Amino acid sequence: MAELVSQEMFLNMGPHHPSTHGVLRLIVQTDGEIMRRAIPDIGYLHRGIEKIAERVPYQGFMPYTDRIDYVSAFSGNLGYALTVERLAGIEVPEKAEYLRVIAAELARLGSHFIGVGAVLLDLGAVTPFVHALRERETYNDLMEMLCGARLTHNYARIGGVSHDVPEGFKEKTLRFIDHLEHEFIDEFNNLISFNSILVKRFANVGVVSAEMAIEYTLVGPNLRGSGVPFDLRRDDPYSIYDRFDFEIPVGKGKFGTVGDCYDRYWVRIQEIRESCRIIRQALQQMPEKGAIRTKIPKVFKPPKGEMYVRTECPRGEMGFYLISDGGKNPYRLKIRTGSFSAMSILEELSQGVMVADLVAIIGSFDIVAPEIDR
Amino acid sequence: MEKHELMEKVKVKCQDSIVRVEEMPNDDVLIEIRKEEILFVMDILKNDPELKFSISNHLGVDNEDNYAVIYNLYSYPFKHKITVKACLDHEHPEIDSVESIFKGMNWFERETYDLLGITFIGHSNLKRLLLPPDWEGHPLRKDYIHPDFYDQIDNRRPDLCD
Repeated sequence: MAELVSQEMFLNMGPHHPSTHGVLRLIVQTDGEIMRRAIPDIGYLHRGIEKIAERVPYQGFMPYTDRIDYVSAFSGNLGYALTVERLAGIEVPEKAEYLRVIAAELARLGSHFIGVGAVLLDLGAVTPFVHALRERETYNDLMEMLCGARLTHNYARIGGVSHDVPEGFKEKTLRFIDHLEHEFIDEFNNLISFNSILVKRFANVGVVSAEMAIEYTLVGPNLRGSGVPFDLRRDDPYSIYDRFDFEIPVGKGKFGTVGDCYDRYWVRIQEIRESCRIIRQALQQMPEKGAIRTKIPKVFKPPKGEMYVRTECPRGEMGFYLISDGGKNPYRLKIRTGSFSAMSILEELSQGVMVADLVAIIGSFDIVAPEIDR
Repeated sequence: MEKHELMEKVKVKCQDSIVRVEEMPNDDVLIEIRKEEILFVMDILKNDPELKFSISNHLGVDNEDNYAVIYNLYSYPFKHKITVKACLDHEHPEIDSVESIFKGMNWFERETYDLLGITFIGHSNLKRLLLPPDWEGHPLRKDYIHPDFYDQIDNRRPDLCD
């Protein structure tokens, strides 16, 4: 009998693979079912947003920030608006601050629904995605009430927000939060999170230690999943986040090792609850009447200078490094996103794991491809 | 520790490597360093027990008469921010890669190389990251001219005002 020949294979995963969350290609080097490594090849969704920023006026760039991370469009709006406001020294009215917090936390909810739903879809569980998407539909409706758009909101303005609260928004949001806190999360956990198949797929897979997470500049839920209790909303507060009482969930190795896929997933589930708490407090504290926007001149020119502002987005820290030369367009705008760092860790993390686990690892980082490429 | 204390401490520890230290808005401290000393400064910022910085962002800028590389660092234990800046000459923008100190900078530096054409000496895999390998030029340079064709695809737009 002839001897069996074994050799390593190079396989393409993507650019149109259903579980790569957008257009993303992985060059996978395998030895049977064991992966030697997976090399990410990105750039398929590079739209040159940073170059566009140098060509359009400050106010005109706002809609582009929706497209950085379209799953939670408002987070990009908020980060950019804050950066320009801090550079130009613009004060935002009290009511607008509350509206921003409410919209940002709604965006976090909407994004985490996709985050936890899509990872399960990748693993082959179709039902949970439908459950999560049903809730996202309510989030879309709420944002539509607030600003008229369902996906790319373009809700923030430099100096405030674009629309005031419509009639019935408050009640509908409260009903939504009640539903999430008392029904949805428990139901989702009983149905899916504690499902033993899911636990077996997630626990002890793709373990990222706290040191490695910091070394590779992981941020947000991925960093907290590795047990680092760091959240910009608490540790470097922006807007009015210091007025709210909320917990910061961290990975504790619920079913396995600290920093495995399950921890990252579980942090997101817990963050849904915390966001609900923040929205409830914001709705209670929000003044009934008041201005929602500070007037800025039509030809808006912030002073010369540079600064780096970070905000806590659903995918972690989104940082805007803005350099102004005193003109009406930004001189240079660098956008630092969470998915970019999460993707750069993949090559090291994928060494020696099963091919099937790669999908779980990518999913657990909650990557959105346009955010990697910008 | 206050901002000024941090500024003094960094000045003492890095000595001659520093060109200037100044305050930046948003509780930040800007230190401009000589580009030859980048590895020395980064090593101190990371490993000194009183500083313990980790990196969070990196970018390059084309200032027309020179290039600059900027690193944003953050210290998780002490909650300090610091921004490190180094200026490079416009003819041959080159600087040592900090990948050996901060592994996560691998992709950030590749992006800067791709979009601005700054060379990082000692980088393990300095290839284009976002653009295709056969792309010509570096788009974030201020003197970049948008190509009319790429791969026989016409990129020109009709002038609708005519």
